[in-house]
Amino acid sequence: MANGDKTSLADRVGEVGERVRASQAWESIFRPGSPFKKGYTDSPRNRSYVIMNNVLYHLHPVKVKRHGVRLSYTLCLGGLSFFLFILLTITGIFLMFYYRPTAPAAYVDIEALSTSVAFGSLVRNMHRWGAHLMVLTVFLHMSRVFYHGAYKPPREFNWVVGVVLLLLTLLLSFTGYLLPWDQLALWAVTVGTNMGGFVPVFGDQVKFVLLGGVEVTGATLLRFYVAHVLFLPFIIVIFMAVHFWRVRKDGGISGPL
Amino acid sequence: MPEIPEHLRRRSAEARAKALGVPREQVLAEMGLAAEGETPAELIEEITSAVQPANPDTSIPEDLQAREAAARQSAVGDFVAKAAATPAAKPTPAGAPAEPVPVVEVPAPVVEPEEPAPAAAPAAAAVPAATAASGSKIPEALLRRSAEAKAKATGRPVEEVLAEMTGGVPVAEEPAPVTELPVPAVAEPAPAAAAATPPTGEQPAARAPDSTAGRTTTVTAPPIVPPVGTPEGVRPQRLLTVVRARAIQQVKAEPTDKVSVWPHLLLIEFVALLAVTAFLTVLSVILQAPLLDLANFNLTPNPSKAPWYFLGLQELLSYFDPQIGGVTVPGIIGLLGLMTIPYVDRNPSTKPSDRKFAIMFFTFFLVASATLTIIGVLFRGPGFNFSYPWSDGIWFDDLKDWISFE
Ligand code: HEM
Repeated sequence: MANGDKTSLADRVGEVGERVRASQAWESIFRPGSPFKKGYTDSPRNRSYVIMNNVLYHLHPVKVKRHGVRLSYTLCLGGLSFFLFILLTITGIFLMFYYRPTAPAAYVDIEALSTSVAFGSLVRNMHRWGAHLMVLTVFLHMSRVFYHGAYKPPREFNWVVGVVLLLLTLLLSFTGYLLPWDQLALWAVTVGTNMGGFVPVFGDQVKFVLLGGVEVTGATLLRFYVAHVLFLPFIIVIFMAVHFWRVRKDGGISGPL
Repeated sequence: MPEIPEHLRRRSAEARAKALGVPREQVLAEMGLAAEGETPAELIEEITSAVQPANPDTSIPEDLQAREAAARQSAVGDFVAKAAATPAAKPTPAGAPAEPVPVVEVPAPVVEPEEPAPAAAPAAAAVPAATAASGSKIPEALLRRSAEAKAKATGRPVEEVLAEMTGGVPVAEEPAPVTELPVPAVAEPAPAAAAATPPTGEQPAARAPDSTAGRTTTVTAPPIVPPVGTPEGVRPQRLLTVVRARAIQQVKAEPTDKVSVWPHLLLIEFVALLAVTAFLTVLSVILQAPLLDLANFNLTPNPSKAPWYFLGLQELLSYFDPQIGGVTVPGIIGLLGLMTIPYVDRNPSTKPSDRKFAIMFFTFFLVASATLTIIGVLFRGPGFNFSYPWSDGIWFDDLKDWISFE
């Protein structure tokens, strides 16, 4: 390292880094096998630890079938759906700081967000396009699962869970559609809920429950808001948990064909 | 390294021998274990595991052992005796003359498996036979219950069955496994002769049953000559259990080509995640999300369109009666139909060439939804009437600030 009194800056930084990584605090944060831990080496054992000892990664098994990691098999569509959901959650929380779900305030808030909040416009755009993209990826994911016959035993039930996820994704997107409270929102939701009214037998009831009345009002806005930011995410997270869990319990990714 | 208890190693050796199909003795030798008296562990284990003596090496005082054996014999007597007798009946090369099942107290089971000491066999067989004989009086109540069950199953009168069971007529339909049991020499009129045949090294007759060892093995008490006091036709043997003979550990794992999630999968996921984030960010910089005028209940836009993922449905609504073709069929039935696909499609193959119909069906569904959606997005103008985007403009407010033809 240092030769005499000539200690370079890089050396010193490296030394500090070494010391930090040797500290008790650092040691306590990272569990055994973490690549961030001092002295990590690439070994089969550590590769297992990376997965097993991390709360996020342990959604994964330690090993997967080789063909399963080929991009061309899953096209990453399920994973991307999930990732988009995370992105939507993050951007959505940001939006919630600036949004009030009442008829007079909602529109003004969105307008202000787009014009006078730092990155407000960008985050709103990401949230909106991300939502459209998620509907698309979920749909494509379903298609790829079908074409692989990946819904066949033992994965039948996970397909059913998947259909529920598709429905929930659509509902999340639809409830979010109303929130800007502009002409697009109002009338798209009016058309949408009118279609709900055509449901046989219970049509009117379905519509009433959706709207919180007989037509779109401020009550509908509150209802859609709560469903959008709390109720539906809560439900979809549960179903996603079951979905991922079943992917593993049903023997990992299907195939190869 | 921690010492692995001998009985575990022995069991492991047995499992391995079975899986690899090599003689047990060879595996034992490889593992540095002396071949002891044959222990057809899987056969008897389930029955006697509870009463199996612990490690024979542990030194339990002799008087205690004797007391335990006596207690055990009085507790499980007949039952275990029969189980113990089984190996004697099974002419596997090692036989079980030296079987260390508790009742048959054989202190030093050192008989070489390949050459069973001729004298030991009849002796060992005699013990359980005697025990079984004395204990095989079947209580009246049990006999009756059995007869009733059988009568119910065969649809004959109870009395007749009972008479048959207690009378002289041999029961015709024996449980299959019992009859499959290679009839052991012991059952022959001259058991001693069979068992005492001097080992010729080959023992062809005795080896035959081994070929079935990998499959289901039946554990029964030996068909002994009906002892006095047992009604004719009632065989004093019971089917104790049918044990699938297979290794305790699944030694042969399916060879699969697997890779570590870290780094292989996580790297791909990370790259995909970055790519999507980048894509979405760029998209959001370029494309401004629409914000039209404040919601106005008195001003209905023309056309009014649902969000794009419902536009296919809305499109259908313009063709069909809303109750039937509009919402019910595609929405409700479609969703339920989607859910039941795995239960309707019973074809187990995942090969595309085997699933032509399924693929056609789903492709039709995809193409239809895409077509309807595209029509709804691009080809519907005021009054939801048909319009051409190139001449009449596009009414799709989601992309209002992006594509404006009007
Ligand atoms: C919010 C929506 C969804 C998320 C986040 C999601 C996520 C995932 C993920 C991460 C996987 C692992 C494999 C892959 O990436 O392809 C997966 C597999 C699977 N998904 Fe989804 N999914 C969703 C919706 C659906 C839908 C709508 C269906 C079908 C109707 C479905 C059916 C399945 C099935 C059957 C598997 C197992 C596939 C296999 O083993 O090859 N999922 N999902």
